Amino acid sequence: MSSSLAARGDHPVYDYKVVRQFSVMTVVWGIVGMAVGVLIAAQLVWPGLNEIWAPYTGFGRLRPLHTNAVIFAFGGCALFATSYYVVQRTSQAPLFGGWLVPFTFWGWQAVIVLAAITLPLGMTTTKEYAELEWPISMLLTVVWVAYGIVFFGTIAKRTVSHIYVANWFYGAFILTIGVLHVVNNVYIPVNLWKSYSVYSGTTDAMIQWWYGHNAVGFFLTAGFLGIMYYFVPKQANRPVYSYQLSIVHFWALISVYVWAGAHHLHYSALPDWAQSLGMVMSLILLAPSWGGMINGVMTLSGAWHKLRTDPTLRFLVVSLSFYGLSTFEGPMMSIKTVNALSHNTDWTIGHVHAGALGWVAMITIGAMYHLLPILFGRKQMYSVKWINIHFWLSTVGIVLYIVAMWVNGIMQGLMWRAFNEDGTLTYSFVESVQASYPGYIVRFLGGAIFLLGMLLMAWNLWRTATVPESEPADEVPVEAKA
Amino acid sequence: MSIFWSLWIIGLTSTNLALLLWVLLANRKVAVRDDQDPDNNTTGHVYDGIEEYDNPLPRWWFNLFIGTFIFAGIYLMLYPGMGAFPGLLGWTSEGELRQHQAQAEERYSDRFGVYANTPIEELAQDPQAMRMGLRLFANNCAACHGSDGGGAYGFPNLTDNDWLWGGSPEQIKKTITDGRTGVMPAWGSALGESGVADVAEHVLRLSGRDHDAAAAERGAGFFAQYCATCHGPQGKGNPMLGAPDLTNDIWLYGGEPRDIRQTVREGRTGVMPAQRDLLREDRIHLLAAYVYSLSLDGE
Ligand code: HEC
Ligand code: HEC
Ligand code: HEM
Ligand code: HEM
Repeated sequence: MSSSLAARGDHPVYDYKVVRQFSVMTVVWGIVGMAVGVLIAAQLVWPGLNEIWAPYTGFGRLRPLHTNAVIFAFGGCALFATSYYVVQRTSQAPLFGGWLVPFTFWGWQAVIVLAAITLPLGMTTTKEYAELEWPISMLLTVVWVAYGIVFFGTIAKRTVSHIYVANWFYGAFILTIGVLHVVNNVYIPVNLWKSYSVYSGTTDAMIQWWYGHNAVGFFLTAGFLGIMYYFVPKQANRPVYSYQLSIVHFWALISVYVWAGAHHLHYSALPDWAQSLGMVMSLILLAPSWGGMINGVMTLSGAWHKLRTDPTLRFLVVSLSFYGLSTFEGPMMSIKTVNALSHNTDWTIGHVHAGALGWVAMITIGAMYHLLPILFGRKQMYSVKWINIHFWLSTVGIVLYIVAMWVNGIMQGLMWRAFNEDGTLTYSFVESVQASYPGYIVRFLGGAIFLLGMLLMAWNLWRTATVPESEPADEVPVEAKA
Repeated sequence: MSIFWSLWIIGLTSTNLALLLWVLLANRKVAVRDDQDPDNNTTGHVYDGIEEYDNPLPRWWFNLFIGTFIFAGIYLMLYPGMGAFPGLLGWTSEGELRQHQAQAEERYSDRFGVYANTPIEELAQDPQAMRMGLRLFANNCAACHGSDGGGAYGFPNLTDNDWLWGGSPEQIKKTITDGRTGVMPAWGSALGESGVADVAEHVLRLSGRDHDAAAAERGAGFFAQYCATCHGPQGKGNPMLGAPDLTNDIWLYGGEPRDIRQTVREGRTGVMPAQRDLLREDRIHLLAAYVYSLSLDGE
């Protein structure tokens, strides 16, 4: 036993208030971000929807609102909530930082609200996933530094000798995102709401995608692997499969991810050597990524039967399968000849959402269903049956979304490269848009179904928080239902 | 690339990969067990009730990892990647592009070349040539002029036999080869808002649209003074300058009073990009014939 405190079963008084706040906002922003996602998906089916409130509701303005809301608001709140929870419990120490802790919550919400106002107004740096103009980006930096102090301060105060693997991942995520954000956001402001990047041309593109890819690698992957390493073993009540594997895949993942950004710039003005290195490193990234999946899935060995009765665990495990899927697909798409087909098509969008909905959203939802009852002092969520329905809605929604985008993407890639015998292109661009139309309808339906599940989750959360424990929705205990 | 940067890249890449390999091999078999109990195969760490097994790395996973290393090594030997080292194959992306272009040129040039000496009027009647023209047009021109050549706001309709720059085969071919830039100056400051409104009424009258006769009369004076140099005294236009005929009720920028006032107040610039270096002579010849054929049908 590393901790005598833990051995006696008692522990310091943890700060759950901020965890609860972030968790609730995870659900709220999840709904907002995905609702905007469904709206822009609808705009691609019914272009008239762009005009609802022109120019603020045009696709070009709402798309960055969607990505910022789902990644930084939904994903960010989930990472804050779980990291604050996990770091306290696995370090056996309350959060460090005093007023910095509520500051991170309110500061982060302020960044999100400012983003939601400025992006529809058309204020943007135009760098993808780094659109926020300089005053907001500065506020974000301050909040992030506070986050780092709270997190690493808590680690420093820990009363157990080792640092748990989940915290390695959270720590790497916090450090790296801080560095990436600062380097990619060096701007020269021309007024309060407009600035220009100090980098230019290919350098700007490379720095942007070094940032962009690692927003994926550290925000949407390393951080969420932190979630995985705590909530999967906890929910399955099984030891983590392999400590060695966690060491190797951790170091491999964080050192190789930072090389791979160049795969976003294949066949561009980027020098050949950089493109090659980006491709090669992306392929090496396959094994480290799968290391996380294996460690999660194998943790269930001996507990597979629990999947039948526990929809929360099912969310967690299915998220790992999607993680495995998207991190196999990613390295394949990094191969230059494959990228020549997939780039700029809906295949990329399918890949993104296999990761974003399948991995990020699903593991978040699973972790939240574990966390929310604890935070509200309940034994379990108000309705486990609804969790189960939510699971199926999510799964069906994702499958519709991804399959539609795969079909569209490959079709677009093939249409764009089809030649006539005289060397002219067989199809004009519009024809490929026309052919994509059915896929856009299916994607819209899939997204709407997924969103429906999120609304059910919100309702379940509301009931859990407000209805006294004595009247649970499901009369039968969970175990008995199978 | 300077020697310094080349070595920097090579050094960073190899160091990272070497360290990774070391982490991988070093953790291959080690057990971190902290007691001798053979039944206990956990590491002994407990965090909030979570334990960790010290299972070895899965064999197939280890092999997969090593496999990607081997691929990386071979790839970086053959292709550029390690700093300034060009790779054994001598491949470059620009070289590949040039090679593809040369292949395409060789394969396709006679297909267009066979029409090079046929006069445009004649070509426009050749269905097979026109099928090729249609495809060239769809690839290179449809984005602006529409796939049927019908045009859009700011992009002229090529099927209506109304020409900014002239509709003879030679004029069309010149338009495509060298491009055209039509500049309509801004008159807002010279005429003032009421002058703009008056001359707009005159333009409306020229095109036979509803107008305010008194205002149009006032505008006519302005027109003769300021506009006739380019648009002609009758407003019939001038293909030398790309100045449109204002009498035929065909509009590039809209024929509503509001649109015309904006045109006059703020001016307009339309750019037809030159195709000389993009498509070259043979294809342009065919395209000119195709564009010519579009308004033949329209008649
Ligand atoms: C220097 C030559 C020049 C002068 C002077 C000039 N124009 Fe023009 N005008 C043009 C050209 C060239 C265009 C076409 C612009 C384009 O292609 O984008 C044009 C376009 C227009 C159009 C738009 C036609 C359409 O199809 O939408 C209107 C209306 C017009 N001019 C009116 C006037 C009036 C009224 C005046 C005098 C106050 C005037 N122009 C003076 C050259 C001139
Ligand atoms: C980037 C958009 C764009 C593309 C691509 C383009 N054009 Fe144009 N084109 C224009 C514009 C704008 C004008 C009008 C110029 C002006 O205002 O004077 C024009 C004018 C023309 C005209 C003269 C029309 C007239 O009334 O005199 C012809 C002919 C023409 N284009 C043919 C072509 C052909 C053939 C191609 C394909 C090789 C092509 N264009 C590609 C934008 C484009
Ligand atoms: C209901 C669920 C969702 C729907 C309907 C949806 C829909 C969309 C649509 C229509 C686009 C634009 C695609 C295009 O430009 O062609 C998009 C882009 C994107 N979405 Fe979503 N989305 C959803 C959930 C999410 C979630 C949960 C995340 C992240 C955690 C996410 C991350 C992204 C990203 C990163 C992009 C940009 C992709 C790129 O630029 O390649 N989405 N989404
Ligand atoms: C080993 C892991 C991965 C690799 C090597 C990888 C590789 C790639 C490649 C090659 C592209 C297409 C670039 C282009 O053609 O423009 C891409 C796009 C993308 N991937 Fe991944 N991917 C991986 C994992 C993930 C995961 C897990 C997620 C999400 C959680 C994700 C999110 C994205 C996003 C958001 C984009 C779109 C970027 C944009 O253009 O806006 N990726 N990835």
